[in-house]
Amino acid sequence: MSDDGRHSPRARDGRAPDVFRPGGWVSMKEYSDHEAVDFVIVGTGAGGATLACKLAEYGFSVVALDAGPYFRPLEDFASDESEQTKLYWTDDRIVDGDNPLQLGSNNSGKAVGGSTVHFAMVSLRFRPEWFKARTKLGYGADWPIDWREMWAYYTEVEQALKISGPVNYPWGPPRPRYPYRAHPLNAAARALARGCEALGIGWTETPLATLSAPRGLAHPCVYRGFCVTGCSTNAKQSALVTWIPRALSAGAEIRDLAMVGRIETDANGLAVGVHYHRQDKWRFQRARNVVVAGYAIETPRLLLNSATDKFPSGLANSSGLVGKNLMAQANQAVWGEMDEEVRSYKGPPSLAITEHWNYEDDGKDFFGGYAYMSQGPLPQLWANTQATAHGLWGARLVQEMKRYNHVVGLKIVGEMLPQENNRVTLADERDQYGLRIPRVTYSWCDNDRRLIDHSIAFMSRALSAIHAKNIWVQEDDTCHLNGTARMGDRPDSSVVNADCRSWDIPNLWICDGSVFPTVGGANPSLTIQAIACRTADRIRALSRLGEVNLN
Amino acid sequence: MLDRNAERGAGDAYPGYDVLAKWRGPSWNEKTREVVAARLQVGDTPQFLTAEEFEILAAVADRVVPQPCSRSPVPVAGLLDRKLRAGVLDGYRAKGLPRDGEAWRRGLRALDAEARARHDRGFAAITDADQDDLLRRCEAGELDAPEWAGMPSRTFFKHRLLRDIALAYYSHPTAWSEVGWGGPASPRGYVRLDFNDRDPWEAAEAKPGREADALRTNRNVR
Repeated sequence: MSDDGRHSPRARDGRAPDVFRPGGWVSMKEYSDHEAVDFVIVGTGAGGATLACKLAEYGFSVVALDAGPYFRPLEDFASDESEQTKLYWTDDRIVDGDNPLQLGSNNSGKAVGGSTVHFAMVSLRFRPEWFKARTKLGYGADWPIDWREMWAYYTEVEQALKISGPVNYPWGPPRPRYPYRAHPLNAAARALARGCEALGIGWTETPLATLSAPRGLAHPCVYRGFCVTGCSTNAKQSALVTWIPRALSAGAEIRDLAMVGRIETDANGLAVGVHYHRQDKWRFQRARNVVVAGYAIETPRLLLNSATDKFPSGLANSSGLVGKNLMAQANQAVWGEMDEEVRSYKGPPSLAITEHWNYEDDGKDFFGGYAYMSQGPLPQLWANTQATAHGLWGARLVQEMKRYNHVVGLKIVGEMLPQENNRVTLADERDQYGLRIPRVTYSWCDNDRRLIDHSIAFMSRALSAIHAKNIWVQEDDTCHLNGTARMGDRPDSSVVNADCRSWDIPNLWICDGSVFPTVGGANPSLTIQAIACRTADRIRALSRLGEVNLN
Repeated sequence: MLDRNAERGAGDAYPGYDVLAKWRGPSWNEKTREVVAARLQVGDTPQFLTAEEFEILAAVADRVVPQPCSRSPVPVAGLLDRKLRAGVLDGYRAKGLPRDGEAWRRGLRALDAEARARHDRGFAAITDADQDDLLRRCEAGELDAPEWAGMPSRTFFKHRLLRDIALAYYSHPTAWSEVGWGGPASPRGYVRLDFNDRDPWEAAEAKPGREADALRTNRNVR
C-alpha cells in the first residue's frame, strides 16, 4: 500500500500537504512545544478547524492537533467503502443503555477535517425558535444565544463553503440567496418530491456543501455518489479543503496523528497546555488557552481523563454535567421499491429534503421536529442495512440485494431530547494510547419514540403515495452526536457560557457540537461552524478588553 | 435444485455486466485500483483464524450469502479473516461483546460445539438445513453452550456474524456486478440521474424478453 498519511505525520518540517495537488506541499508556520501559543486547539473538525482559521486570521498564534491523518483526497481516497473506513473514528468504545448507539461510520471522524471529510454535506440552519426551545416551545433548554445573531453567522459559513441551494428556501425567516445554484435532482430526490406533493407538503433542493460550479482549484461535483466515504475530487467543501488551508495561510500550525490524552492545569486552576502522543512519544504543548473540539464523545472523555486533585471529577465539571445530556438524532428510514430504475447511488445521497415537520407544530403529539431526506446507500451500507435492520440473510438477502437499483428510501434527522442519563463516562479498559476508553450510554425517552412513530407513519404514507412496493421500516438508527458540554447562562446548569468558555477554567474553551443544549431536527454541521465563527469574534472582542489570557 | 435455478435466473438481472471491465477506464483512479487489486489477491486460506475456525466460518458464510456455482465464488471467509488480522474495528462494541477477533473465535467455536451437541458432528459437516436451524437459534439468542462464555449469541449474530459477512461479500467486485451497481466512479462520475436514466458506463438491466439486448449492451460497458 502506498503511504497515505496514516503511518507517519505529514505536517512537519515547515510544510503541510497541499490538498489541491497530488504530492503537493504548502508552507506552514511551526511552533516548538515549549513555546506557549495563544491557543492550542484539540480537534480539526467543524468546530476546531473553523475556530483555528478565524483565530489565526485575527492574529493569534494557533496550533491545532488532530488524532487522525492529513489526507490529500485527490490521491488518497479510493472509490471503495471498505478502504474509506479509514476516515472514521474506530477506536474501541463501549455502547450500552436501552438503545445502544452505533458509532464509527456516520457520526465520527479521525482525520484532519474531522467528520466533515465524510459528512453528507447537508447544510441547514436551525429553526429560530429552537434557540429558545424551553421558553417558546416548552421542552429541553434555552440557548444563551439569540437566533438573529446566529442568522448572520450562518450567512458567513454559507459563503465560506459556497453552499449550493435553492433560490428560495421554503421555511423560516428570509435568508440570503445561496452562493451557488442547487444541484440537479436524481431519481431518489424526485421520489421524495413526488411524495411530498402527493401529501400536500413542501420540499426543496437540499442546501449542500458541495460545489455546483468551479471554485479556485476545486471542481464541481461529478455526482459519483461516494460522498459519505470521502470526496476524491474535492467538490465537497469539508473543513480539510476550506478552513484548514485558510488557517495555514494565516499562520496556524496543524499537527496530524497527534492524539491529546490530557489537559494540564496548574496550581491556580488554569490550563497550561496539552499532553499529546505523536511519533511514538508523549509530548507537551504549552499554551495560554486550550480549546477542546473533539466532538460529543472525545470532548467529555478528554475533560474526564484530565482530572486532578484540584478537579477530581474532571475539568470544567463543577456542574457535574460534563458527559451528560448526550443527544443523538433519530435516523429512522422507510424503504421501498419502485418499478422504475432509481439507481440512487448517483449524486449526493440527499439531494431533496422536506423540513415541513420542523416548522409545523400542529398535529404533533411530541416535542421537537424532524426533517427527512432522500437516500443513496452504496452496496455495503445497503447490505448491512438489509442484514442487520431488515433481518435478512441467506437466499432472501442475496435476492433482495439484486433489487438494489430499484430501491427508494426516506430517512429522518430527528430531534431527540436532552436527558442526563444519556451520557459519556469512562470505562476501565484502555486504548492503544493507554487512555481509558469511553462508555456511551443511550436510551430513548417516550417523546423520542413518539417523534419516531410519527415520522415512520408519515414517510410510509409518502412512499405508498408514489406507489412504492415492499415498503419496510428501519427502526433502529441514529446519527450526529451533540450535547455533552452544554452552553448556558448559569455555571450550575451548564459547562460553558455563550462564548464557549468554561465556567470553571477561564482559559479553557469548548467549541464543537458538545455545547448544544438541544439538537433540533437538522444536521448540526452548519450550526457548529456558525458557533465557531461567533466564538472567534467573541474571543477577539474579549481580548481587546483584556479578558483573555494572553500573557 | 429449484432454489439454485431460481438464484441463477435472478442472477442474470445484469447479464454480461462486469464492473472490472472499467478497470482501465476513467471511473477507476489509481488508489481504487490499488485497494481493489489487493482485495482480488485474497484467497480462501486463513492468516488470522486457525484452519478449524476458518472451515466453520466458510460454512457459516455459505449460509448467510449463498453463492451460485456458475461463477468463481467470492472468498468471503478469506476477506473477513484479513479484516480481523488487520484489526479494523467498527468504532463501537455492544456490552458483552469482546473485541472483534476474540468475539469471532469464541462464536465460531461455540457454534461448532452446539452442532456437536445436537448432531455429533462439527458445524461444517452438518446439513444445510441443520446449519440454518442453528443460525436461526443463534439469531434468536437461544444458544447458551458453555463455549459462549457469557457472550450473548443474539448479540454476536447481529453485530458480528451478519454484519461482518454481509460487508465482506459486498466488498467484492463480483457482488457489485451481481447487483448492477456502477462501482468505482472517480473521476468520471455520472451524468444521467433521473428515473430509468442510464449512463453508457452503467449496467443495463435485463427486461423480460429482451435479455439479449442487455447482454450486448453490458459487454460494451467500459
